[in-house]
Amino acid sequence: MKKQFFLNANIVDPKNSIEEMGGLIIGETGKIEAIGKKVNQNNIPSREKYVDLKEKYIFPGLVDMRVFVGEPGFEYKENFRTLSNAALAGGVTSVVTMPNTSPVIDNVSMVDFLKRRGRDKSKINIFPTAGLTKNLAGTNMNEFGLLNKKGIVGFTDGTKTIQNTRLMSRIMRSAFDLDALVIQHAEDNELSKDGQVNDGIIATKLGLQGIPDYAEKIIIERDLTLLEDFNCRYHISQISSGKSIDVIQNKKETVKFTTGVSINNLSLNQNDIGDFRTFLKLSPPLRTEEDRLALIKGVNQNMIDVIVSDHKPEDEESKRLTFSQAATGASGIETLLPLVLELYHNGSVKLNKLIECITSNPAKILKIDKGSLSVGNNADLCIVDLYKPWVVKKEKMISKSKNTCIEDKKLQGKVLSTFINGIELFKC
Amino acid sequence: MATPKNAIKVSKKHLLGIQDLSILDVKIILSESKNFIALNKSKNKKIDILRGKTQINLFFEPSTRTQSSFELAGKRLGADVMSMNITNSAIKKGETLIDTAMTLNAMHPDIIVVRHQDSGASNLLSQKVNCAVLNAGDGRREHPTQALLDALTIMEKKNKIEGLKIAICGDILHSRVARSNIYLLNMLGADINIVAPSNLMPKDLEKFGVKTFTNMKEGVKDCDIVMMLRLQSERMTSSFLSSNREYYEYYGLTPDKLEKAKSDAIIMHPGPMNRGIEIDTKLADDINKSVIREQVELGVAVRMACLKLFCE
Repeated sequence: MKKQFFLNANIVDPKNSIEEMGGLIIGETGKIEAIGKKVNQNNIPSREKYVDLKEKYIFPGLVDMRVFVGEPGFEYKENFRTLSNAALAGGVTSVVTMPNTSPVIDNVSMVDFLKRRGRDKSKINIFPTAGLTKNLAGTNMNEFGLLNKKGIVGFTDGTKTIQNTRLMSRIMRSAFDLDALVIQHAEDNELSKDGQVNDGIIATKLGLQGIPDYAEKIIIERDLTLLEDFNCRYHISQISSGKSIDVIQNKKETVKFTTGVSINNLSLNQNDIGDFRTFLKLSPPLRTEEDRLALIKGVNQNMIDVIVSDHKPEDEESKRLTFSQAATGASGIETLLPLVLELYHNGSVKLNKLIECITSNPAKILKIDKGSLSVGNNADLCIVDLYKPWVVKKEKMISKSKNTCIEDKKLQGKVLSTFINGIELFKC
Repeated sequence: MATPKNAIKVSKKHLLGIQDLSILDVKIILSESKNFIALNKSKNKKIDILRGKTQINLFFEPSTRTQSSFELAGKRLGADVMSMNITNSAIKKGETLIDTAMTLNAMHPDIIVVRHQDSGASNLLSQKVNCAVLNAGDGRREHPTQALLDALTIMEKKNKIEGLKIAICGDILHSRVARSNIYLLNMLGADINIVAPSNLMPKDLEKFGVKTFTNMKEGVKDCDIVMMLRLQSERMTSSFLSSNREYYEYYGLTPDKLEKAKSDAIIMHPGPMNRGIEIDTKLADDINKSVIREQVELGVAVRMACLKLFCE
């Protein structure tokens, strides 16, 4: 590979506190050789060609901490090849995949399979998680140590929550011993049973069973209480309400943990469900506008560390049903960055903070060497036109499933190209 | 309630819920219904304004009065009425609602009457067929013809709706009748009190412009109408109530509770009734107070009006 030179770019790299105009040099091995304002026309050889980025932005490749891929079992919804193409179009270079497949990811041989498929079919970096419990059944804890050694970055039951408190305390103890990351989807099963949307005026109006916000709060409170005694690496997968933010605020002083949020809950509220739009049936559900604003405040006040796409591809047939029969989740990996940028454009959150939540923060939690533009790192990055307007169209989506929850939404900001190991794998 | 002479058409293609209707639509339907009351009492009950039209009744949930009422209404207007028996249909073989709709649509019906256990089912259906869809109850969401017949009954008995004080009592959470009635009676200017135990009260109901009560005597105080709802035990997946007898004690309509309402208050119930659970059996049969039979009678007229107006 030839050396590549980029000049005149707006570089944002929260890990290295870079937010400046400058240049970037990618070495022959695909690693970052130099970055920042010191890289300019004067210190590149005159015979070399360079790309003038004309003040476009360079971000580290995004690290998306919550992604569902259909392999194995649901290849018709998404496979590694289609996922990686969709991810690249969204500037995402690393994904954390959920274990809710068929069969589920809960043993060493399944991890081997995943790693092989990921290596052969995917162009992006795949970081698989495995179940907290065997068969994701919430009864017997998994082999955190053995799976860790195989390269599992975290443990979660994905769409399910550990309901049994005693089991949860034992999982935490074991995770502490084995340095495993516990990722909890916080939802009390009984309180959210048959629930379709946020419990409130929309649930009443549409005649749908509601999911109260305390169903989430109660699990977070429980886990953070346990965490006082068993201090393992613990991450709340995604929160949806202002009540949860209050709990997190109270506990932040005494226990160490991290928190994620889905971009859907930061961008939309329950009113967007309109007339039974099943593509907006999500878990956790979209809540009130007050909740959405509380979550944005949570990002600004460091109560929330990570923003995820919660990419859950579902085929048309799973969504063309009545609301209560329709599948939960939305395809979102391609629109994560543009939706995040919307929060910058509308003045909700500073750009550096937002990029931190989708690059260096998740990498730090996962203990992976991604999400930054540090010299010597693989050049995983994206070049972004921050101001380019475009409209989300189902038929233009790259993901195998087109269940976007923001169809026809007008966005500003588009990925122009995405690099992994210094190779340009996506170009708009 | 006078209907403007030039307005003879409803503004919607489908009757999915009261929420979608304008007050003018409601007035047109009610005034049309009145025309059919007399016809239903006459010797020759059949006219032919829907001759040549095909009406399909698609009931995914068991129903006695609504299904027979729609069937009769269609037949009295001269339509060819087909009632689908869901237990024998392809639904049992795993066909989705949309596929069923497409299949029926291919037979060119003029009107489909649908009842389904899922909220929003009629909306989904209406997006996929060419003919008009009448919602005969979808999950907990709406049951528009029931609300319309309730309004018609009230107007027949009280000559007005505006300014009346109406208590709707019982299992509000699971009730589509309650929701449709709240929208409709509110639109027509009534004051609505909702009475239910907290476990059966939907969240944020006050935002719909009603007053909520957990004490029945307070809720029915000075009311002109006491509308009782059926306790929908079949929709209750976990413990909502301790027992039926405690429910009857606190939320069943008994003479001592009715005493708090106006002396000329009337009792309504959409049926089927759980006697001795939500209503005292003598009160239910008291012809001076209860209009439950009239509700059923006027139901046919309202459905005839809806079939006529939405078929056009």
